Amino acid sequence: MQIEILLFGILRDVVGENKLHREIVPGISLTNLRQDLMVDYPSLEQYKNYAIAINEAYAENGYTIQENDIVALIPPVSGG
Amino acid sequence: MVNSSILITKEKLNLQACYDFVRDPSCGGIALFVGTVRNSTKAKEVTLLDFSTYKPMATKEMQKIADSALKNFDILNIAIHHAEGELLIGDIPVIIAVASPHRKAAFAACQFAIDTLKEAVPIWKKEHFVDGEVWVNATP
Repeated sequence: MQIEILLFGILRDVVGENKLHREIVPGISLTNLRQDLMVDYPSLEQYKNYAIAINEAYAENGYTIQENDIVALIPPVSGG
Repeated sequence: MVNSSILITKEKLNLQACYDFVRDPSCGGIALFVGTVRNSTKAKEVTLLDFSTYKPMATKEMQKIADSALKNFDILNIAIHHAEGELLIGDIPVIIAVASPHRKAAFAACQFAIDTLKEAVPIWKKEHFVDGEVWVNATP
């Protein structure tokens, strides 16, 4: 299935995109997604302490991605 | 929730609006935290800060902080406002206003809100210097 991954902060600069479109295997976990992304974007290695949000809320690495999920990579925040 | 005001805006933040939102005849104390853009980081001169947000999620996380503060502290009203876009020295990126019958809870809730915002709300700042720019906190 096709998903969209939103990128923010430094990860936009590292990957060079605001948004990625990816074909993924249904039921893939966030841990697997992280590994797959690292293969395609080796520069993520240095910034792998990012969190992942699903549908606008922080998600655990064991979460398995569902159809129509909004996935977002959240680098360390620095608001305020 | 009627007891909270959450805002992310490209406009200049309005301190009076936050104060007016939280004030109430039953409240004997209002705590205000006003974040301000500082002119230097580690002795390096800052020219501006550029704030970007994941707005829908940031709004939800700010609402969670407000709900949690209202639940866990003896406070009546809370406002959490954050700016986005480019801010210059002295500009205000964030305002937290809390009204409570008593000052202790107002201070505690205000501290909780700003600390949690800095940990959890998906907002990022890029510091611009005369000779370059850097994402704050981006590397461990």
